[in-house]
Amino acid sequence: MRVPMTEYLLIDLDTERWICRVCAHDFGDARGNYKEGTLVYDRDPQEIHPPVIAPEKYEFTFSPDPAFCRILEFYCPTCGTQIEAEYLPPGHPPTVDMLWDIDSLREKWNAHGGNPEEVVNYGPGENAEADLSARFDSVAPHAHSRQNEGH
Amino acid sequence: MTLTTDKFVPTSGNADASQLLTDQEQQWVDKFMDETTLFLGPDPAIMRTHEIMPRTAYEEECIAQGIDPLEVDRIRKRLAGALDEAFEMCESMGAAPGAKWADLSCAVYTAEGDVTYLSNRGVIAFSAVLHHPIRYIMKNWKDEPTVGINPGDGFFHNDSRYGMVHNTDQSMLVPVMRDGIIIAWVGATIHEGENGACEPGGMPSGSESPFDDGLRASPIKIVEKGHLRRDLLTFLQHSTRDPKLMLADIKVKMGATRRIMDTVDRLIDEVGQETFVASLRVTVEDVETEVRRRIAELPDGTVTFNQFVDSTLKENILIKFACKITVTGERMIIDLTGTGPEILNRALNSPLASTKSFMSQAVLSYWWPDLPRSTGALSPIEIITEEHTWADAGYDAPVGQSLQASFRGFSALQSAFAKMQFSSPQKYSNVVAPWFNQINDFLWGGTTQNGEQVGNLCADLNGMGGGAKAFRDGENAVAPLFCAMADLGEQEVMEEEVPFLQLVSKRLVRDNQGFGKFRGGMGYEMMVASRGTPSWGFMTVTSGSKFSSVPGMFGGYGCPTYPLAMVKNINIYDIIKKDPSQFNLSMERVMNEQPFAGGDYQSGHMGLQFDVAKEGELYMIAQGAGGGYGDVLERDPELVVTDLELDRISAHVATNIYGVVWEADTFVVHEEKTNLLRAQMRQDRISRGKPYKEFVAEFVQEEPPKDLLYYGSWGQDNNEELLATHWGKIEPERVKGKIKDLPLIMVPDRRVLKISKLEARVRELEQKYGEETVHKS
Repeated sequence: MRVPMTEYLLIDLDTERWICRVCAHDFGDARGNYKEGTLVYDRDPQEIHPPVIAPEKYEFTFSPDPAFCRILEFYCPTCGTQIEAEYLPPGHPPTVDMLWDIDSLREKWNAHGGNPEEVVNYGPGENAEADLSARFDSVAPHAHSRQNEGH
Repeated sequence: MTLTTDKFVPTSGNADASQLLTDQEQQWVDKFMDETTLFLGPDPAIMRTHEIMPRTAYEEECIAQGIDPLEVDRIRKRLAGALDEAFEMCESMGAAPGAKWADLSCAVYTAEGDVTYLSNRGVIAFSAVLHHPIRYIMKNWKDEPTVGINPGDGFFHNDSRYGMVHNTDQSMLVPVMRDGIIIAWVGATIHEGENGACEPGGMPSGSESPFDDGLRASPIKIVEKGHLRRDLLTFLQHSTRDPKLMLADIKVKMGATRRIMDTVDRLIDEVGQETFVASLRVTVEDVETEVRRRIAELPDGTVTFNQFVDSTLKENILIKFACKITVTGERMIIDLTGTGPEILNRALNSPLASTKSFMSQAVLSYWWPDLPRSTGALSPIEIITEEHTWADAGYDAPVGQSLQASFRGFSALQSAFAKMQFSSPQKYSNVVAPWFNQINDFLWGGTTQNGEQVGNLCADLNGMGGGAKAFRDGENAVAPLFCAMADLGEQEVMEEEVPFLQLVSKRLVRDNQGFGKFRGGMGYEMMVASRGTPSWGFMTVTSGSKFSSVPGMFGGYGCPTYPLAMVKNINIYDIIKKDPSQFNLSMERVMNEQPFAGGDYQSGHMGLQFDVAKEGELYMIAQGAGGGYGDVLERDPELVVTDLELDRISAHVATNIYGVVWEADTFVVHEEKTNLLRAQMRQDRISRGKPYKEFVAEFVQEEPPKDLLYYGSWGQDNNEELLATHWGKIEPERVKGKIKDLPLIMVPDRRVLKISKLEARVRELEQKYGEETVHKS
């Protein structure tokens, strides 16, 4: 049973692993920090948020100050999907943003009885209906056997 | 603070047992202390709790007579109708600009002050915080012979140390009484604006002590048996810059609460006093029970969301708002440990109750908006904070712009919830990226064209960009985080009352969006200049000029940063009168082309203390954007070129952020080339990204960069150890320790620091060129 935990991350309750919903890359122990299985890049925020007023003339330009703010981009090592973008001061440890109780998660889904990939959606409203099943199933049925390739 | 005998510590140090008091003597001492309390300040026993009160004996008695859920529902709906009617009265008749745009709310409370129901429109946080002053009134004034509570009385207060979102809001709390017993309360609160603070408008970014924050009204009986007390009213009018506003809106709130009371009176006549009391009480309890059930639906685990705020509103710093939310079964704990210390001479600190009121806002408007809006919503959630942090400020800290911290309480809960609820099969709100969370707005004050003294703010604070949803773009300039159905007001109407024009209003700024698979709602620019006034000035009260105020969600990016831009020493009205073609204004053009000869073009952070605006000088800011959702390379290319064609994004962003290739003449997407470019961009990510452990080893430092004025924990492994910047001597030094061990944190006057630097440079140059000058101090 696989539970969609974010837009791009599933937890496989059978193997207790974090899995990429796009390509089945294995990010590691579902009881731990999925970020440990990602590739990370320290992005200068000015590359993402371009200045609107001339930086050669002004200190404040619509563009974050790289001495105050960095953007850590977390990528899936296999498909290159950007899973998370974290705004941090330079040198600040990346945040361990999610830690889940896997036993409880399993217990809740067993009690629920449904298939999480079919049941989970984006909330109320017909626009929020979502297909949150693993995308790799429709592309490459056996792709989820890949685990931590090269990383 | 309240002095009580149990806090009394003898100073003589005489521990001789023979000096101990007899029981009789102790009783005399207790009686003396009770009767001679020096000052009834904010009571920690009231101010530090947000749980609903236990049932009173009378409530037990009423509930014991039986509960009919259908009747409770009918009572709730009748109250909702009355509250909405009262809300509309305030909105239609209120003198405060904020009232005209829905910056208010009306509510019904239990006798002990728990919110039972709020008006459907308006600011949830306003009413959700008023259990504190009601409990204060019940504890201190009910049996106080010089005050007392009688039918027709009305209590006023504005000081957030007694329970208020911030000091610019003013309340009217009126008891519902039967046979001399208080059985409920009704109330109305409006963001009034002007409050006599050190700067006009009620939200002083320049406040350096609690006495700069303006009016400090603890709960006072302004209405006695239906009559407005002229002596107290005069005192309140005299204490602020806008006496007309004070009079008008106290009367408006009296009228609104009277309207609620009419319905309450009829309801009690119809259903009986006991049924009415029981229905108020069970509503509060039912909400608490339902919240526990909904918490249990969430997956057990911990979600952490830290925020970094880049300004004291006077200088750029970096101060952390830490938040860790843990769910275990029905139990939820929100832990703010790691949040930076209060800064004792800056306006950004927030009382704990104000921070919690915005947590209620998040719970009742973004988590579970279908619940009755009641104190029961936050009650079962445990909240851990450290007193004397900037989210839980002490009594002596200025709180003039407390929204800097309290809005972060909202964002912590709103943002974290996307992760907390994503895997739940049952959701009560959509998965949404962070909402914009700053008041990018002009405050103003001075003498109007009609000769009146005023101080207030523009409606543009209500134009915050919405966070992207998981299935659609965020809405542009849709609503402030604190009020789902607020209005942006009619600019032309406002211009009849205030002496300035918005020369540019509500034009979206290109690239001002949180990029993502779905992008955040965009923000617009505002350009103002005074006209036809003997004295006028503007302020801004916002952080986020160096560090983005909100991030994105699940790979989406956050908002950009926002500058304040000004052109001083010009009169734009003269310029466009002579040459109408110059009425082609945008922040981008004006600042980059510098088209007005003799103008002094400046950019700064968004903490501008009251700045005298001569006629025709330009002040320019932009409203903020919501966070983006999902990977930018998954955005539908058609949505990208639509934004491009509308000039909402630049070609640079379309190509380099979104990876879209299009035909320049027709804006037709080149699908194949787009796919190739995006595949290459994904490959580039894989090439440049480093495995996590390797990255952490290179990136993470033991401490913040030396020159960064940092406050709060560093990382999350040891949140109890806070870092701070301390000016014990001339140069700042970094200090570390638990909050109780840190020295008092203050920041020196930036102008003094600048003068010191300039003086040092003068001495250096004098030495270099051998000039002998005597400097007398």
